[in-house]
Amino acid sequence: MSLLNYFRTTKPSSASIAKERLQILVAHERSSKTQPSYLPQLQKELLEVIRKYVNVEQDAISVNFEQDDDQEILELNIVLPDEHDKVS
Amino acid sequence: MARIIVVTSGKGGVGKTTTSAAIAMGLAKKGHKTAVIDFDVGLRNLDLIMGCERRVVYDLVNVINGEATLNQALIRDKRCNQLYILPASQTRDKDALTIEGVGKVLEELAKDFKYVVCDSPAGIEKGATLAMYFADDAFVVTNPEVSSVRDSDRMLGILASKSKRAENNEEPIKEYLLLTRYSPDRVKLGEMLSVEDVQEILSLHLLGVIPESKSVLNASNSGIPVILDEKSDAGQAYDDVVARYLGEDRPHRFIDEEKKGLFGKLFRSK
Repeated sequence: MSLLNYFRTTKPSSASIAKERLQILVAHERSSKTQPSYLPQLQKELLEVIRKYVNVEQDAISVNFEQDDDQEILELNIVLPDEHDKVS
Repeated sequence: MARIIVVTSGKGGVGKTTTSAAIAMGLAKKGHKTAVIDFDVGLRNLDLIMGCERRVVYDLVNVINGEATLNQALIRDKRCNQLYILPASQTRDKDALTIEGVGKVLEELAKDFKYVVCDSPAGIEKGATLAMYFADDAFVVTNPEVSSVRDSDRMLGILASKSKRAENNEEPIKEYLLLTRYSPDRVKLGEMLSVEDVQEILSLHLLGVIPESKSVLNASNSGIPVILDEKSDAGQAYDDVVARYLGEDRPHRFIDEEKKGLFGKLFRSK
């Protein structure tokens, strides 16, 4: 009996699997859709400006876009190199 | 001024043309002068579903190219004199549709008609984007199935960004969910996404649930919009959809298993 119950409770219905897969997928696709299209260009240009002053690596800058219900957050993260790497 | 409705889905075979034919007939039967346009250039089928395939002389592309007037191309429905059909072209390529051309046709229709129903082709190509571009309302036809739900979500994104209303910063297109080919018994067995599941994922206003029904194939076999089959569950479901769209408050039916549906039918049948 307990074995039967075990099988019964652990097997989710195919509909609930479908729902879970869709929720993850749709959330992901929506978030990438709402990202402004200028983001890659912005990242490139920012990098160029910063490089005029500081010798940073290509991947030292990350641009992140997040959207909540009524606010959008553009997060910019730049990792500065050690003192002696700076362009004089 | 006409209200322009696009019937869209992204995915093919979910029931766009069936829905277009049914709601256009439903609106016309309620006394509203309605035109239904087939935007599937190259693969027209609305004429078959409406049962007027042998009366097609001119089509949408002829009108856009100025080879025929709108009045020459519009086919008046034989069952309802408030309903007109504008078929798609069968032979030409999709480039025949232009935004200016479609805009002009819709503008001219808007003077004379109360509702214009645009039957969108599947996909997100030109025909589909043009069918929705001028829309005021969108009926998103979805099956309770993963690929259909995903495609519907993509369409919602396009509706929100690539329409005339979006580009002019006007009030956005009103989006409604139409869940078709629904099997309550399979939902109960956990084999099919439920109405609530789909609504939760798409967060859309539910206009109606159309049950999986033999009457749909029977209707298309004979070229009669299924809404005219008043005895059928699908026909009644579409009748509810039209009534709800026009502002009537009707409880949802065909969501629960057959037994309850039958009771509901008995108490509701006029």
